[in-house]
Amino acid sequence: MTKRIYITGIGIISAIGNNVEEVEQSLLAERSGLNGITLFPTIHKDKLPLAEVKLSNEQMVELCGKESDRFLTRTSLLGMIAGKEAVTNSGVNLEDGFKTGLISATTVGGMDRTEGFYKEYLSDPSKGRLRDIVNHDCGDSTERIADYLGISDFITTVSTACSSSANSLMLGAMLIKSGMAERVIAGGTDSLTRFTLNGFNTLMIIDKNGCKPFDENRAGLTIGEGAAFLVLESEELVRTLKRPVLAELTGYGNANDAYHQTASSPEGKGAILAIEKAFLVSGLKPSDISYINVHGTGTLNNDLSEGLAVEKIFGSDVPPFSSTKSYTGHTLGAAGAIEAVISILAVKNNCIFPNLNWAAPMKELSIRPVKNIIKNYEVNHVLSNSFGFGGNNSSLILSKP
Amino acid sequence: MTFINGIGLISSQNTLDPNSFLIDIVEQTADYLKCVDPVYKSYIDPLLARRMSRLIKMGIVSAKICLTDAACSMPDAIITGTGLGSVEETEKILGEITKDERFLNPTPFIQSTYNTISSQIAIYFKCHGYNSTYVHRSFSFESGIQDALLQLEEGIATNVLVGGIDEMTLNHLQITRRLGIWKMNPVHNLSLRQTMTPGALPGEGSGFFLISSLRANRYYATISGVETLYRPKTIDELDEKTIAFLSRYDLNKDDIDIIISGIAGDSNWDSLYSNYTSKVFPGKPVSWFKHLSGEYYTATAFALWLAANMLKRQVYPEIISFNNVHPARIQNILIYNHFKGVNHSLILINR
Repeated sequence: MTKRIYITGIGIISAIGNNVEEVEQSLLAERSGLNGITLFPTIHKDKLPLAEVKLSNEQMVELCGKESDRFLTRTSLLGMIAGKEAVTNSGVNLEDGFKTGLISATTVGGMDRTEGFYKEYLSDPSKGRLRDIVNHDCGDSTERIADYLGISDFITTVSTACSSSANSLMLGAMLIKSGMAERVIAGGTDSLTRFTLNGFNTLMIIDKNGCKPFDENRAGLTIGEGAAFLVLESEELVRTLKRPVLAELTGYGNANDAYHQTASSPEGKGAILAIEKAFLVSGLKPSDISYINVHGTGTLNNDLSEGLAVEKIFGSDVPPFSSTKSYTGHTLGAAGAIEAVISILAVKNNCIFPNLNWAAPMKELSIRPVKNIIKNYEVNHVLSNSFGFGGNNSSLILSKP
Repeated sequence: MTFINGIGLISSQNTLDPNSFLIDIVEQTADYLKCVDPVYKSYIDPLLARRMSRLIKMGIVSAKICLTDAACSMPDAIITGTGLGSVEETEKILGEITKDERFLNPTPFIQSTYNTISSQIAIYFKCHGYNSTYVHRSFSFESGIQDALLQLEEGIATNVLVGGIDEMTLNHLQITRRLGIWKMNPVHNLSLRQTMTPGALPGEGSGFFLISSLRANRYYATISGVETLYRPKTIDELDEKTIAFLSRYDLNKDDIDIIISGIAGDSNWDSLYSNYTSKVFPGKPVSWFKHLSGEYYTATAFALWLAANMLKRQVYPEIISFNNVHPARIQNILIYNHFKGVNHSLILINR
């Protein structure tokens, strides 16, 4: 339990940039990635916004550098790009013989290609291209990323809805602490699909005008896509190999709200438990937190429940907080890792990125998010929340090394 | 030490009653081995059950049987492994999207998400503890146990409910048959060994286990550890990895009394099992189970049920013996499984 977990590399692709540098520039320039639908034909085109990665599958195949990858799913391609960047960014040599794992997370897996297959299949069961269905399951994208990076010591895939990749980071930390791995590339990837767009739309929680987290007039979320991976290394490895460190993963907690499949409990019980566990693991206390990257989806239910949980934990001394989903959209299985990367960028830049699109405080809460960017602000410890359907709540604490 | 204190298994065999063990074998000639569905309303309030997908009902009922068996009223953590989640609900949405995207019923979407089983179990039992779901092909259940062991090791939990669950549907069978992984015609499950045609006999099931750092009175066995091996290149590599895995628990190959192998009656892939057992465990008792359970991503949950019962009851059922070698004692059992030669796993359980 005394072992420390260091983050030595990050990789990201999202609606606000195709790599760490572009994402960082968009965050600093307060540039949102929300856009109209261009990725697929749908009756929701021009009616609902999305947060798309601004690259076609063909362009991503080109970035990955292998023509044979052209039948891969968008989820795999996003993950390969972010995974590769994390490895390059860390400067780690994956062939140095240290036991390395890959933990990915996804909620849709290869659904983007399954949708195409199904259309043909339903018209005639002998139809539909098999290459569009072989990548359907969630494990597929993880294996593609593992093969692309050359990782085979340990691999698995987490799927806990919107907290999936927070849990993959948490598992990565536990694997290293237990000695089952010395280094873990952990994160998540999800592409936009008609499946998720329509699924969330049936729940009537998509804001037609783009998400406005923690705003009194919020009307729902904006679905996004992307991937992020972080290179986690043990204290021993960092010391032995004299590795540069970006941040430390000091705390993590996972709890279940056990209230309702798609709604958070009014008092945010699961959220409170997850945050308290993260404090327990880190040995930190609420007053140590410089910034909270809240889950903040923009739904009526989440923001109220999460806001009450934050007020309960931090009392009258709530640190600056923002939901960066106003930049990236809600990237579902990738969100926890994407927001962990954004939290590290906040630490690195001594900067708090704002909650874009926010105008009016919620009447049930006494707290309000950061509206304008705060620069030259010492960011030492960031609490990053990821709360999902099914009450799957997880919180991470990322700290300045 | 980690103990298996309770088990709940819904499978294509009569496994609902923890007090019986392979006494009434289900024999069938079928495209796939469908679960013996329990009378769900005798376990779950019919009003609740009516709103649940089949997979969720399977999950909750097997979890409930497991907790009762273990005399545990509330686990500290719930972890599920599922290769495909709710196939039936996913197909409903895909059908609607293909039509015109104008469907308004959110239930299939809510129930299609992979974490629904773990979270519905949490909601059903009001369990606020650690909750996770693994969705990695035939590593799904194994990753779940690995996580459960980490929770116990870190002291986060004392009692972890961990399960493996997957369902088969006719559509899914039709599609995946085209991929060449299944037998193309109905097969008599107890004659599976004689068919030796390409493809496995598909199945489905839901097995939940209460594993604990404390021993219950009627515990089954202890579980030492789990290893997943991704794309091992040769039998020699598997041999080395097996030796290294066993040595972590101060055991060597001679200490293993029974190997439960994932032999599936598949002429494309079964040679890997025979190569493995003849190289790594020559002369040892080799058993199999997929003629009873069928093949699915989380079939090793059935194997773990089998192993735990053999250890507890000290019996070696004739029906699972593959090479007619009988164990001199039943102390250490190793489960070795692989899916299409890519995802291999080892699970070690002991008396």
